[in-house]
Amino acid sequence: MFRRVLGKTLGFVGYTIQYGCIAHCAFEYVGEVVVCSGPSMEPTIVNHDVVFSERMSRNLFKIKKGDIIIAKSPFDPNMNICKRVIGLEGDKVCTSGPSDLFKTHTYVPKGHVWLEGDNLRNSSDSRSYGPIPYALIRGRVCLKLWPPHSVGTLSESPTRRIIKTQSDSD
Amino acid sequence: MAQQATAGRRYLRAFVSGFFVAVPVTVTVLDRFAYVARVEGASMQPSLNPDGGSDCDVVLLNRWSVRNYQVQRGDIVSVITLGYKNRYVRVPDGHFWIEGDHHGHSLDSNSFGPVSVGLLHGRASHIIWPPHRWQQIKPSLPANRGPLDTQEEEG
Repeated sequence: MFRRVLGKTLGFVGYTIQYGCIAHCAFEYVGEVVVCSGPSMEPTIVNHDVVFSERMSRNLFKIKKGDIIIAKSPFDPNMNICKRVIGLEGDKVCTSGPSDLFKTHTYVPKGHVWLEGDNLRNSSDSRSYGPIPYALIRGRVCLKLWPPHSVGTLSESPTRRIIKTQSDSD
Repeated sequence: MAQQATAGRRYLRAFVSGFFVAVPVTVTVLDRFAYVARVEGASMQPSLNPDGGSDCDVVLLNRWSVRNYQVQRGDIVSVITLGYKNRYVRVPDGHFWIEGDHHGHSLDSNSFGPVSVGLLHGRASHIIWPPHRWQQIKPSLPANRGPLDTQEEEG
């Protein structure tokens, strides 16, 4: 009787460990569901939207300019930020605001990316803290899951901050 | 003939179900608990690889102890890789400063500046090879490399 209970408990623990590990692999290597908060990506993503972010692009280094990504905050590793990639390493990005008279540019250093929110007026991003290391990126947002009336893929950048180069035309 | 087919199918089923147990469990253990890495190069002499040359140290990279990003000064850590000119630097919030023990022979924060804590990957907690160098790696700061002034957080 005791042996049967022990056997069942061990079997249950074994299954829990196995499914826990499969869940870990799914969240780390396939994708995860994220609830977004904050105004910095309006109108593309608003407060309380639920999105799906996939991990494969980041692991295979296939993140492109214009992708919306989720990254670890450079100042608090327990917080995540959701922004759009404006420039990859080597790209030229504009560091001056849209209303400035003289435009200034900088080049994104190796191993880093330049992020900006779609709501330029209310977003703290690379314009204030500079480019962030590529390795802080967690995943690429590919689908919006909630609210129901805007389910589907996300739109292109409404701000015209991405500087296109010759090699982008393909 | 039929018996061989069922035995073959049973073997295939056992292999597939074993595979789907072993791979996720191994990947989870390597990601969340610890993994083993060989130390190459001279940048951490004399603490790691003291003889250089033939026998490289193998260390245990403890990933469980950094799950809340708790490290202290003097720990040996591994970080996800990346790309400093000022003499005195204030390390910003949420960042840390890493250096190899062997000055001059180390690509570290002196070249690429402070590193964000989010890039922390693991803490080298034990040396596990060669056997005569079995030991726990204790945090220790070199004598002249402590912080110049510390500001404790106001609560």
